[in-house]
Amino acid sequence: MNDRGSRRDRLLSRLVQAAFVIGLLALWYLATTRWGVSHLLLPNPLLVWREFVDVLSSGEFLPDLAVTLGELAIAFLISSFSGVTVGYLISRSQYLIRVFEPLLAGIYSIPIILFLPLYVLLLGLGPASKIALGGTISFFPIVLSTIAGFGYVERIYITAARSMGATYYQLFRYVLLPAALPVILSGLRMGFTVALLSILGSETLASLAGLGHRIVHLAESMDMARMFAYIVFAVAIAALLNTVVSALEARGKRR
Amino acid sequence: MNVSVNAAAADPRPAAFYLRIVHGIKRRPWIARLLVIAALILMWEVAARYLVDPMFLSPPSRVATSFDMLFATPGVPAALQATLWELAVAFLISVVIGLPLGLAIGLSRFSYRSFMPIVMLLYGTPQITILPIFILYFGIGPASKIAFGVSHGIFPIVITVVAGVQNIKPILLTSARSMGANRWQIFRWVVFPHMIPSFFAGMRLGMTGVLLGVLLAELYVSTAGIGYFTTMFTQNFDSTRLLGLITTLAAMAVILNEAVRRAELHFGRWRRFEAGRQA
Repeated sequence: MNDRGSRRDRLLSRLVQAAFVIGLLALWYLATTRWGVSHLLLPNPLLVWREFVDVLSSGEFLPDLAVTLGELAIAFLISSFSGVTVGYLISRSQYLIRVFEPLLAGIYSIPIILFLPLYVLLLGLGPASKIALGGTISFFPIVLSTIAGFGYVERIYITAARSMGATYYQLFRYVLLPAALPVILSGLRMGFTVALLSILGSETLASLAGLGHRIVHLAESMDMARMFAYIVFAVAIAALLNTVVSALEARGKRR
Repeated sequence: MNVSVNAAAADPRPAAFYLRIVHGIKRRPWIARLLVIAALILMWEVAARYLVDPMFLSPPSRVATSFDMLFATPGVPAALQATLWELAVAFLISVVIGLPLGLAIGLSRFSYRSFMPIVMLLYGTPQITILPIFILYFGIGPASKIAFGVSHGIFPIVITVVAGVQNIKPILLTSARSMGANRWQIFRWVVFPHMIPSFFAGMRLGMTGVLLGVLLAELYVSTAGIGYFTTMFTQNFDSTRLLGLITTLAAMAVILNEAVRRAELHFGRWRRFEAGRQA
């Protein structure tokens, strides 16, 4: 295919995407203004936009955002520290890998959100149960990728470094770590995404504060426009955080 | 099952015997895996008996012996059955919509470039934030749970099917075309067989998503179904029945996951002879 043709194709693809988004917004607008869909089910997009601007300008979102981000930070710190440590210790022996890797992967395949009621019972409705759940769920991708990163370094590199008389620190610093880092970084990114999702999820299911709680609260008081505004806000925050983490991951891999 | 070291130490038989046991465990990691699970359950038992208030954590021995009490609770069997049914329907809908959608997006370069970014964008958004909307539109019955399950299950299926279609080596398509195959023949004899492994991989990921979506919605609705009972057991500090219910649901999830994983292994077999590993 020649260059001009492919460029026209690309333009057309962008056009289709734009048409899709605009069409969706137009449908939404028409449904609320012309077709009489109840505003209790679907608020007017202009109203949602106004509420969104109000939420941002009034700073009302700050306490909820602080709660959610605080929980996320603590949960991710716990899970990344424990996940990398446990993963490294397991990866030091092929036997331990064979014992623990299927076990951890098996537990990871259970929807761990099921344990939320138990965590709420043990730790209460406050941030502690969210931190515990987010930490538990994000522990698994991190520990599994750490095992994969450290455990499957090509033996020949290790043998070569050893035969050249590398100390253990040198072996770790110049052979194991560079080989494992990209895999671990992917795991950390996955862990972060999962932690964010599970914290938003547990706030939605049972909590006293946080973005997820705010959305549920607005839904229960049938304040639809503001609820939609908060959903847009939460989705934007999640997208922003995920973009930042992906960029950090890419940067860490390039080094 | 329990070849614990303590029991062995009290035994007066010669050292070679224990060496053989240790060696046997070393050669069979699954025995060690079972021992780890047994140790974890033992820790739970000790913690629940001596460290934590029984109102908050029930020991596994009591949970295991109280399943009949759980199932005798009016409404629990019906709620579990309803959840299983919702999972099945949501999974079926995800596959029925996701497969043709994935094919439609993956089979043409133009639709791939146009719609794949939209799919990835939707897949990347935290859908949990719109759960209240699902409940509002579809009610607190099975419909909202099925819809939420589908919203979680459909994207992994679409994405893996697209990836499977896109990963077909161009040379296979070119050679089929040069031998005069028409579109249908290319689909039937080149695309279709290459798609099967990724289709089953997508089904596995879709099942994970469906489980998450349905269970999230079930837990969210606290006036009916599973969510009603978890809320009630939590409020009554009935940790025995709560843990029994969680264990039952977890077992359900493990069985469903295992079923689709087996299907994936079975139908992905021929791929293993190829050099590249399926992503």
